[in-house]
Amino acid sequence: MADQPTKPTQASLNKKSAQATSYKPSGVSATGRKARSFAVRLWSVRHSRTLEWFYGHFADLFLKLHPLWKAVGYERAEGPIKFIEKHTKGFLFDCRMCGQCVLSSTGMSCPMNCPKQLRNGPCGGVRANGHCEVEPDMPCVWVQAWSGANRMNGRDNIFDVQKPVDQSLRETSSWLRVTALAAAEREAAETPGTPQ
Amino acid sequence: MSQQDSNPLDPSALLEPQPGHSSLGRLERILRRGEFAVTAELNPPDSADPHDVYERAAIFDGWVDGINAVDASGANAHMSSVGICALLTRMGYAPIMQISCRDKNRIAIQGDVLGASAMGVQNILCLTGDGVQAGDQPGAKPVFDLDCMSLLETIRIMRDNSKFLSGRKLTSAPTVFLGAAINPFAPPHDFRPHRLAKKIAAGAQFVQSQYCYDVPMFKKYMRQVRDMGLDKECFIMCGVGPLASARTARWMRSNVPGVHIPDDIIKRLEGAEDQKKEGKQLCIDIINEVKEIEGVSGIHVMAYRQEEFVAEIVHDSGVLKGRRPWRKEPNPVDQMVADRMEEILEEPKHLLHEMAGAAGDTDSQE
Repeated sequence: MADQPTKPTQASLNKKSAQATSYKPSGVSATGRKARSFAVRLWSVRHSRTLEWFYGHFADLFLKLHPLWKAVGYERAEGPIKFIEKHTKGFLFDCRMCGQCVLSSTGMSCPMNCPKQLRNGPCGGVRANGHCEVEPDMPCVWVQAWSGANRMNGRDNIFDVQKPVDQSLRETSSWLRVTALAAAEREAAETPGTPQ
Repeated sequence: MSQQDSNPLDPSALLEPQPGHSSLGRLERILRRGEFAVTAELNPPDSADPHDVYERAAIFDGWVDGINAVDASGANAHMSSVGICALLTRMGYAPIMQISCRDKNRIAIQGDVLGASAMGVQNILCLTGDGVQAGDQPGAKPVFDLDCMSLLETIRIMRDNSKFLSGRKLTSAPTVFLGAAINPFAPPHDFRPHRLAKKIAAGAQFVQSQYCYDVPMFKKYMRQVRDMGLDKECFIMCGVGPLASARTARWMRSNVPGVHIPDDIIKRLEGAEDQKKEGKQLCIDIINEVKEIEGVSGIHVMAYRQEEFVAEIVHDSGVLKGRRPWRKEPNPVDQMVADRMEEILEEPKHLLHEMAGAAGDTDSQE
């Protein structure tokens, strides 16, 4: 039996049929990985409590600036704010600009970095070492999220069920959206009796 | 009465294979015989009741050679095209299953092709699909893994080479007649015939066009198509449809992607007393013009929410030239059971031999 040749698998046939060139991409994933190193992302998760504190004050500041945004016009403010948001969050969390930030509910670990883009917890394929099923060298974002959430004050936020992502909001500023919503809520609260 | 294009053994079963045909369906036979084919579009129900599909299909009975089952047209969720086709094949209809690339990736699509083919679907129309922004759920993720061209090629490979796109073998290949869509009314107009040539090269055997309201433009397109010899390589069906009113026409022009309605059409509708009647007449007039164009093998009637007019439009335009398309005929056994229902309920009887005799009779009759 042992001397019988093994049947080639489909995967090996696919590999063989692929054209051989001198260029080999170093890592290929369906979602297109942006980061090759996860150091900053992991630092953010380790300091999730500090970031949570900072985010709270930052959101208040943005809300205080609501008259300014309104005067400038939210549409006009969007360009520069989006630029800043994209690059800060891109550096800290490898942000994918889904436009509906849920970092405070996911322990400061961006769920859009999950190859399956899961927003409600880890899938069943997480490896024993806590790495991703799809990208074996990446720590699972939800393993990170769980440890990050446990360091935070709002540790129960991770239990909220997240709605499906509205893909039409991609590449828009989440900061301004949250601010505008909070301002609208505040106004509604200040003027009771008006129908919402 | 036995019908042309039906299986002598079972009226709702697939046909015998014929040389040069890639499917076992009626639509391909009619087109290859050189007859003027008529297809219609079924308005997909927002329900889980199969009878909604049967009722909507019954309106076309005896007037069309194929029924298009749309795949979430305009990016609005409806009953799936696979589901509609499965129901229609149960009743013996010849559905044309539309597959759009917006909602499914190549894995799902190849699975659906096999599943549909196993259910008896013999015609598949490959589309890219409208963008999600056009529909009722603009927040959905657009897939567009394949496009209409690569989809045609994928299904052609499955049919002709009996293989998945990956090269893995199929134990039984789907027998399908492959279709595509054309829109001669959208820019860049000179590129459109070349795009048709590409679709034919990718595997399209018949094409259905977008709503045709601009006959001169369609004639110009067909002239280019004939010059390239494409009408010999594929069956071209012209899309037509009645407009309910000038207001609907305006709305369609600005809201439905890819629809071109010239101003004089809208003026003609506005000038009419009964706009609905005029819209129907306009559709018949367009059919009469279009059917004379060389290279046009059929029409595709898209009477959205006016499905009851399809029979009248097909009849009045005389495109069938007296031909009677397949229609579902009541099973004589059912009739017999219905007649004797009281008797059966009173005293159970074995009618098997009589039933078999009744079923056998219809086969021998001409």
